Amino acid sequence: MRIVVTTALALLIGISGVSAETVKPGEVKIVDGALAKPLTDKAGDPAKGRQWFMGRKLGNCLACHVNADLADQPYHGEVGPPLDGVAGRWSAEELRAIVVNSKEALSPETIMPAFYRDSGYHRVAEKFQGKTILSAQQVEDVVAYLMTLKDE
Amino acid sequence: MRKLVALGVIGLFAATAQTAVADENAELEIDGQKFVTKLEAPADSPLSEILSGWRFRNDETQALQTDDFENPAMIFAEYGSELWETADGEAGKSCADCHGDAAESMKGVRASMPKWHEGKKTLFALEDHINWSREEHQKAKPWKWESQEMLAMTSFIGLQSRGMPVNVKTDGPAKEWWEKGKELYYTRVGQLDMACAHCHENNYGNMIRADHLSQGQINGFPVYRLKWQGMGSIHRRFKGCMDNIRATPYKRGSDEFTALELYLASRGQGLSVETPSLRN
Ligand code: HEC
Ligand code: HEC
Ligand code: HEC
Repeated sequence: MRIVVTTALALLIGISGVSAETVKPGEVKIVDGALAKPLTDKAGDPAKGRQWFMGRKLGNCLACHVNADLADQPYHGEVGPPLDGVAGRWSAEELRAIVVNSKEALSPETIMPAFYRDSGYHRVAEKFQGKTILSAQQVEDVVAYLMTLKDE
Repeated sequence: MRKLVALGVIGLFAATAQTAVADENAELEIDGQKFVTKLEAPADSPLSEILSGWRFRNDETQALQTDDFENPAMIFAEYGSELWETADGEAGKSCADCHGDAAESMKGVRASMPKWHEGKKTLFALEDHINWSREEHQKAKPWKWESQEMLAMTSFIGLQSRGMPVNVKTDGPAKEWWEKGKELYYTRVGQLDMACAHCHENNYGNMIRADHLSQGQINGFPVYRLKWQGMGSIHRRFKGCMDNIRATPYKRGSDEFTALELYLASRGQGLSVETPSLRN
């Protein structure tokens, strides 16, 4: 009996331990275009977020968005709106929702990929099946970086 | 030998190629022949105007296509003309033995592809028609879709339609294929969750990082692509776009790609065939 209880307890701690650290893609709930709760316990790092923003194999946000803060980088895309001063237009909670799943946060028609969704796709290449484009921590880093984009 | 020298020169060019955006009003003319690269779209088209991919390329790439001596794709067409005259297979016949002068017999063929094949009761891309003739008539082994021989032959046959308007049949037995192609065109695929339409219908004219998005027309194929350092088929381009959005591409020569090819050709109805053209 005692043994059963302790295992159950251990299991519980195990589970809550995980979910306290990282919200899984399937558990994300966007409410009114916002995600109030960060995906991880660790605060986002804007310097890293800046890297993910321009990295071609990561966010590659620059493929579609002009961003004056990255004027030293060539080739800013024109597919989405410029992100200069974006922190003045949206809250961190809203920006998190946009990066996690723009189809829910902005519009179901948008070309912008959902960066923290791992299912509901068609014909995903084997290498990327069941995976998100960015990790939970990378999303937090990108959101922290977006929050630095304020109009002077 | 000449081929090797020319390809070496192209290699140098590719390394220094600029991605500057071209003059949007430039007109294509080769050896005095004028090409339709822009036309008003019919009322039932999802596009307001129809634009050849040539209009979206940078000045240098555009210029190379206006001069057959500089266009590296012409080397493939030349190789194709040699293959046209070469006997092959158990029948020991060349294409020319049956079809004679390609300038006569193959005129307009590219412009009508893909096209229904009565014998096989299916929609055939140009590659399929060629391989059918190789197997049925020459008793020769089919060429691989992306082989140098196939690319040379599709370049050579395409050249016989150069300047003619794209004119594919989308009714009759082709209708079903057209519908399938249209569905594929608007279906989101891959981890980036995009459809062809997101880039080539909603965003042509916009830069996506270093690339200037075109309408994804196929009137110039097969094309010599500087990035590939070689020639590529329509289906290779489709595969490239699907790989980029992290989707599992269909196979070259698959029903899906042939249906998509028909649908795309119909969106470019009226554009001049530019085969074989040049891309960066
Ligand atoms: C393939 C194109 C594409 C990529 C890649 C992309 N976006 Fe977007 N984004 C868009 C488009 C288009 C919109 C406008 C919404 C709409 O109408 O579809 C948008 C909107 C936004 C907005 C709202 C902007 C505003 O001012 O309203 C934010 C914030 C944003 N994107 C951030 C990002 C970040 C961060 C990344 C990378 C992690 C990213 N985007 C990657 C296309 C893209
Ligand atoms: C993420 C954006 C994107 C998507 C989605 C996309 N493509 Fe492309 N495609 C490109 C880019 C970039 C090029 C090279 C520049 C150009 O010609 O647009 C290109 C080129 C092409 C070309 C060559 C055009 C020419 O004149 O050389 C064809 C054909 C084409 N795409 C077809 C497709 C088809 C079919 C699909 C869907 C299965 C598709 N594309 C999906 C970005 C995309
Ligand atoms: C022994 C005769 C013979 C030889 C050799 C031959 N063909 Fe054909 N080809 C035909 C006949 C007959 C047709 C039309 C009926 C059919 O599709 O079977 C045809 C059809 C075609 C078509 C379709 C034309 C259209 O308007 O739809 C193409 C393209 C073609 N051949 C290319 C070639 C090429 C390339 C070669 C050499 C590699 C070749 N043929 C060798 C007899 C031949």
